[in-house]
Amino acid sequence: MIFIRLLLCLLLSLFLTSHSYAEHKQEIKIAYLSQEKQVPAALSNLEPFIGDKGLQGALLGLKDNNTTGQFTQQSYRLKQVIVPLGGDVDLAFTELLKQGFQLFIVNLPAAQLVKLHQLNNNQALLFDIATRSDAFRHHQCLADVLHLLPSRAMRADALAQYMLKRRWRRWFLVVGNTPEDALYAQAIKRSAKRFGMQVIAEKKWLHTYDARRTAQADIPVFTQVDDYDVLVVADEQGLFGEYISYRSWLPRPVIGTQGLIATAWHRTHEQWGAVQIQNRFKALAKRQMQEQDYAAYLAVRAIGETATRTHAVDAKSIKGYLLSEKFKLQGYKGKPLSFRSWNGQLRQPVLLAAPTSLVTAPPLEGFLHPQNELDTLGYDQPETQCQ
Amino acid sequence: MKMTPIILSSLLLWTSVLSAETVFVTLEKDNAIAVVDPVAGKLLKTVKIGQRPRGIQLSPDQQTLYIATSDDDTVLEVDANSLAIKGRLPSGEDPETFAINSLGTHMYVSNEDDNQVTVIDLVKKQAIHQVTVGVEPEGIAVSPDNQWIVSASETTNMVHWIEAKTNQIKENTLVDPRPRALSFTADGQQLWVTSEIEGSLMIIDVASKQIIKRVHFSVPGVGQEKIQPVGVVVDDKRQWAYVALGPANRVVVVNAQTYEVEKYLLVGARVWNLAFSPKQERLYTTNGVSHDISIIDLAEHKVTKSIAVGRYPWGLAVKP
Repeated sequence: MIFIRLLLCLLLSLFLTSHSYAEHKQEIKIAYLSQEKQVPAALSNLEPFIGDKGLQGALLGLKDNNTTGQFTQQSYRLKQVIVPLGGDVDLAFTELLKQGFQLFIVNLPAAQLVKLHQLNNNQALLFDIATRSDAFRHHQCLADVLHLLPSRAMRADALAQYMLKRRWRRWFLVVGNTPEDALYAQAIKRSAKRFGMQVIAEKKWLHTYDARRTAQADIPVFTQVDDYDVLVVADEQGLFGEYISYRSWLPRPVIGTQGLIATAWHRTHEQWGAVQIQNRFKALAKRQMQEQDYAAYLAVRAIGETATRTHAVDAKSIKGYLLSEKFKLQGYKGKPLSFRSWNGQLRQPVLLAAPTSLVTAPPLEGFLHPQNELDTLGYDQPETQCQ
Repeated sequence: MKMTPIILSSLLLWTSVLSAETVFVTLEKDNAIAVVDPVAGKLLKTVKIGQRPRGIQLSPDQQTLYIATSDDDTVLEVDANSLAIKGRLPSGEDPETFAINSLGTHMYVSNEDDNQVTVIDLVKKQAIHQVTVGVEPEGIAVSPDNQWIVSASETTNMVHWIEAKTNQIKENTLVDPRPRALSFTADGQQLWVTSEIEGSLMIIDVASKQIIKRVHFSVPGVGQEKIQPVGVVVDDKRQWAYVALGPANRVVVVNAQTYEVEKYLLVGARVWNLAFSPKQERLYTTNGVSHDISIIDLAEHKVTKSIAVGRYPWGLAVKP
């Protein structure tokens, strides 16, 4: 009997402490939803396949939020749901909605994101850390989704600003075979037109992806076109783009998806306090930070900033604050980051990086905009059907 | 009568010798400090000191220079006269900025990577405490009465008020994004804080720990996103305050009574940190990207000179 009474006492006191704890601490629940990926065929053994791109960034953001949370009596929790290959993502999502999750970090392809948007029916707020699709920023507007990574148009505009500055006006466009490569090429052509430059030749890659055959024999022949200033390659999966440098018929720089690339984040970036986050990330994840990690970090930090300043935790209030002019996020790129109210795209500088050196970070000086120079990259308000 | 000019010029010479002071500048990329005679406008010498020197401060008795060599994970104790290294303080990892109390007994170091402030007993030369603060602590200052240490965390966006007696955080003030530098007024009533991302200057009332005023800046012909306030200092009479505006390449003069902007002074590229001359007749600035320091005459509010010092000048200390 005494034992049972003791046990009851203990249970009761446990209950009381946890109860009073909960009274003081506000809990912010975030779900991280992703699906396992098929390991792609590797071009070389230099770059290992990274299975947890995105997740580690979210975990770093969570850690930073919780450090701040100590001082604001808030605690952040991340529920990770990684659906296995062939599993049902829709089901996992509706399950999480049922459990009351209102904030989702979504690391899924464009088609799957559209399905979640339909299932969501404007209940939760989704932070898309994976797609770069221009359709979502231009006409297929998803009102309950915020896009953290730069769209293809933003990337192409960043490259174009730099090419214009260097007066590399005549481009030779080489396009891969996937639908994504075609979309990238479309964005490049849009930028060329927008900044008054010229695509003097366009060719589709029809050769093999074999390094020995392709690199030495095919590329010099394939790249024989009229004179041009710069070769733009559209090969998002990295199947052949790496072979072009130093092997083209004319000695010309390569930019696009290989060579000089446009990206949200890069391991060579160290300005504006970036060294600090690169170090913190490496200590946590034991690898370099990828752009999906950066996007997930910013998504979790954006939630943190809102909760710190407004104490709101529901999707509607958080979305309202994030889309307002009050919201300014520090993103280690020297300019305050914010969201475009019309399409939910995160405004940000885009890094132009060579494999081991950061070249520049557009928007470049001289590209002016009446409201915000970051809006010289990608679809600006008058150019989109999103409201 | 013919003697007068000679006497006058020798008198002038005498005064300039009297007011001669030495400015020490840390050079982040040269792993060295520059020694400058600001009155003559000359770089006297450059001395190798350690890996990536950043924060620099003179001890209250003016005999020791403390220099944070970030990549050596230490704060050096350097003889202010001979520039010989006397010792190495256990600062914790990657020390960037630090503050010393007016008694010269304690040093407080920001450890940016570990979200900590390390408290060092300068008499025993030992780390005696570590205070957990927000993400990426940078700016740090001690109140003139030595009661408070304030630490600004750049990602948490707070000023943490650490009580010196207990080394514990007693209060937190939420500030604008990415707070950089902070400075108490000499009377101890106000704390001035800069925000790089909002581009603002905040004035905090020390008694209530509340922001009582926000000042925004705008320079004709300079994009708003270039206005990134960093270093801030307020003169002893609380008449004028000066804020370095980073890539806007300007120092702004603010009336410390009305909080109105008085003037923008064009200095070097990416102006970073500021320091007064001992009698507050001049202000010195480090200009990170143009590799020089600027000298501002405070009676006229005019930039009088710039002196090339070496690569990436970061902080400065002035010895009378």
